[in-house]
Amino acid sequence: MQKIYTRMGDGSVVVLSESKLKQDLEEGTRDAAERAKISPLSRDELARLFDIYSAPYRFVSVEHGNEVVLSYDAGTLKIRRVGVLTHRIQSLQIYEKILSADTAELDHVDYSFKPVKAIMAYEQTEMEQASLMMTIPLFYGAMPNLGLYTQPDGPCLNPMELLPQGKISEARAAQEEMVEHAVRDMVYVGSLMYESGADGINFDTTAAAGDADFLATLRAVEILKKKYPRMCIEMGMSGEFILGMHGELTYDGVKLAGLYPHKQVELAEKAGVTIFGPAVNTNTNESCAWNTARAVTFTKACVENSHIPIHANMGMGVGGLPVIDQPPADAVSRASKAMVEIGRLDGL
Amino acid sequence: MAIAHSTASGMGGMRTAGDLVARMQMSRSMKIKEAKEDVASKLKVSVSDLADLVVMNEVREDLDIGRVNALPRVAKGIDAKFRIAELLGIEINCVNQFKDRIK
Repeated sequence: MQKIYTRMGDGSVVVLSESKLKQDLEEGTRDAAERAKISPLSRDELARLFDIYSAPYRFVSVEHGNEVVLSYDAGTLKIRRVGVLTHRIQSLQIYEKILSADTAELDHVDYSFKPVKAIMAYEQTEMEQASLMMTIPLFYGAMPNLGLYTQPDGPCLNPMELLPQGKISEARAAQEEMVEHAVRDMVYVGSLMYESGADGINFDTTAAAGDADFLATLRAVEILKKKYPRMCIEMGMSGEFILGMHGELTYDGVKLAGLYPHKQVELAEKAGVTIFGPAVNTNTNESCAWNTARAVTFTKACVENSHIPIHANMGMGVGGLPVIDQPPADAVSRASKAMVEIGRLDGL
Repeated sequence: MAIAHSTASGMGGMRTAGDLVARMQMSRSMKIKEAKEDVASKLKVSVSDLADLVVMNEVREDLDIGRVNALPRVAKGIDAKFRIAELLGIEINCVNQFKDRIK
């Protein structure tokens, strides 16, 4: 019986037997299917996943012809985060020339729409200059990050303090107020960056603060798309499940709380999103194989239900990758191949 | 992680036709198969050639639409994008903004 070297969701090495690996794959897909009421992976798909995770190689890849578009988010802050002291335009050139990115993203280290609105003149001139130098498409990205609109950082009462006090209606009112502020900021920043030459705007970690966060982003997308019909808008999510922090918010008559990726994408398309990025969070108590089977199940349903390209989020702790700052290449390559070839992604 | 993803499943960016396929997804919301077929027909190559670095290096040189090596008098940045917009039949926002600024 083969012993299979693989990893847990926290990145630690684990050696599995063939039967345990099969069990993990079956349980992972079943978990996703039961939660989202979608089809689990078929026997053939599970067999292909087994082959990917039992391969003895340090690195695996897609077959010729199955390559997809890689759209990187938060590129300039990721170079800065590891202490490589380049100017942001140099970071973009690193992505373009050295890392083989298909698209790149200019962003600020304080990666949210609220803080960057105060420094737009600097962001705009940087985008104008970067656009002159770059050949690959260039996005501007930030996070809706509704939490920033709560006291003491913002003007609204903090729903996370109100809810434990049983002040449900006050907490809901606070979130509705946060939505108004966030929409205004996202439209302001998105408009100026597009007018400065951005090929597209990326809304990263959408719905991180729950259904109000999702609603704010959908509304901002709708306004921006009406204003600039040719704008490319990428919406990257933060998790597979929209948390009902408010619980009663709707968009186009659909309640937002509880939506899974195959339903999230329907609303994103209606709002005007061009490229949708589902996110499936990694469970560190389970193996990477379990997590990838689960992520592929959610993502495949999303792809099948979508008319727009799907670029799954596959960074630290999402899309089957372990929760570790620098995910190991053996784990990344396996999740990448599985999500692209079985999940049928248009990109990642 | 970026290197792992690009080696495992990426098209290759401007080493190949990855940026061009991305532009068709961005401007026309094309799924990957449709975007690759569209770009391949416009470049007059096969779909499988799109991710081949050797073939695409020659194609990009012939069409002067930007290459990895920075050589004198070879299109870079905005000038490459002017040609890409025309080749793919799409609007590129920064190209249009640039034209407006130099009127």
